[in-house]
Amino acid sequence: MWKWLHPYADPERAYQLAGKLLPWFSILALGLILTGTIWGLMFAPTDYQQGDSYRIIFIHVPAASMSMAAYMGMAISAFIGLVWQIKAADWAAASIAPIGAVITFIALFTGATWGKPMWGTWWVWDARLTSELVLLFLYLGVISLYASFEDKVLAARAAGILAIVGVINIPIIKYSVEWWSSLHQPSTIKITEESAMPTEMLIPLLINIFGFGMMIGALTLVRFRAEVLARNGMRPWVRKLAQEQGAA
Amino acid sequence: MQFESISDFFNMGGYAFYVWLAYGVTFSSLAVLVFQSVKQKNKVLKQIAQKLAREERLKQNRSNNESKT
Amino acid sequence: MKRGISYTRAFMTLLKRDLQIAVRHRGDIFNPLLFFVMVVTLFPLGIGPEPQVLTRIAPGIIWVAALLASMLSLERLFKADFSDGALEQMMLSPQPLSLMVLAKVLAHWLLTGVPLIIIAPLLAVLLHLESNSYGALIATLALGTPVLSLLGAIGVALTVGLRKGGVLLSLLILPLYIPVLIFATSAIDAAGMNLPYDGQLAIIGAMLVGSLTLAPVAIGASLRVSTN
Repeated sequence: MWKWLHPYADPERAYQLAGKLLPWFSILALGLILTGTIWGLMFAPTDYQQGDSYRIIFIHVPAASMSMAAYMGMAISAFIGLVWQIKAADWAAASIAPIGAVITFIALFTGATWGKPMWGTWWVWDARLTSELVLLFLYLGVISLYASFEDKVLAARAAGILAIVGVINIPIIKYSVEWWSSLHQPSTIKITEESAMPTEMLIPLLINIFGFGMMIGALTLVRFRAEVLARNGMRPWVRKLAQEQGAA
Repeated sequence: MQFESISDFFNMGGYAFYVWLAYGVTFSSLAVLVFQSVKQKNKVLKQIAQKLAREERLKQNRSNNESKT
Repeated sequence: MKRGISYTRAFMTLLKRDLQIAVRHRGDIFNPLLFFVMVVTLFPLGIGPEPQVLTRIAPGIIWVAALLASMLSLERLFKADFSDGALEQMMLSPQPLSLMVLAKVLAHWLLTGVPLIIIAPLLAVLLHLESNSYGALIATLALGTPVLSLLGAIGVALTVGLRKGGVLLSLLILPLYIPVLIFATSAIDAAGMNLPYDGQLAIIGAMLVGSLTLAPVAIGASLRVSTN
């Protein structure tokens, strides 16, 4: 049933497929993020409670939701790479990790700049913020483990195991952090409920969420192509490509 | 358009610092990421090309030596 | 086909071997314990000797110190066996690797976890822990430290082949320790306020059972990666 997928495990095919998909992802990402951001910054109505500071939501929520999604994507590719020994999946996992870390950092940073005017503090030990911070640590762990092996085949396997262990732990961490903050935190601080959001705000937000997703896809493809080349330096087609493009 | 004027827009209802800080850091870190990712491929290709050139030189030297003897 | 010795016997042999080695190098048992005591002593010196403050933060201090002590002692879990080749012999043996690994982790816990549990009440006295929290402290340590050993062993197995594994190890496993820390300290806090804490204990117990079944497999897989 999955036989048609197998040819794409071949590095050259995977490289070319990634190259073909890349323009679509980039154009969609650029278009969506531009539309969503300009719409959100200029045309979305001002929130009656939070004023214009709420406009941070148009990058904060996409980054936060995509940081989790990127981790899932990384863990799934790592799992495929470990179980079926498909190297292309390992390379995909290795290329997602730094992107996910940057997205998680963005989610944390925008959360802080939104928290300061709204709650009067840059950081609260809120459940969501804390689990996002732990997610950042998990990403950094995967990245540094991948970087510290000389042999990248082993590196991918080790980082893959760690990513999968992390995925089992994410729900437990999230649940435990929620429990912990409900114990410790007086409920004076409430993150605004999004259910009551008017459509004029929701549409640009959704556009940006999709835009961030596409952007992660595009960046993954870019890094994936570089990763394929770096891991297959001895193959004739890579050498040919290097002579054509790298010599200049 | 939600804002009366351009200066109103940049003022962001008094939250200019926070809003523009968030957007600025977001897009500059994304820009660094994009730039670094795009550069990565060229760097890899250049490294492979250098390695090829080195091998080529070694081969040439060897054949020169052989022709001398 | 003859399998050689039974699983139980292989497990017991390895457990005995590890315990014997540790008894011969007594420093391996005492150093983490000493570290645990030192860290706990430093906190009152840094924060100030007011009993109310210390009472409030005692569960957290004891548990964070236990976390760090367990992590430090774990670092050498596979090191010696890795460098003298005993680890590869274990992998080649007909018994499943996860079983052998479980024996090693159990030995490690008996050597570092159990002394920690025994000495913890003493340190709790120094920190003026609430008198009705002692049961919870012992119970959470008894259920929680094996989880720390099991989860930490995954990180150790991943980094055993690396030269600069030490700092990396903390980055890999400390995030995984967070749930244990949260539930353990909240159980001790609850006990201090005379509230029931069997819910937290049940969750730590569930983590213990879960990591007991899943972690040996992950440790085995990681060791196979590390030894190539």
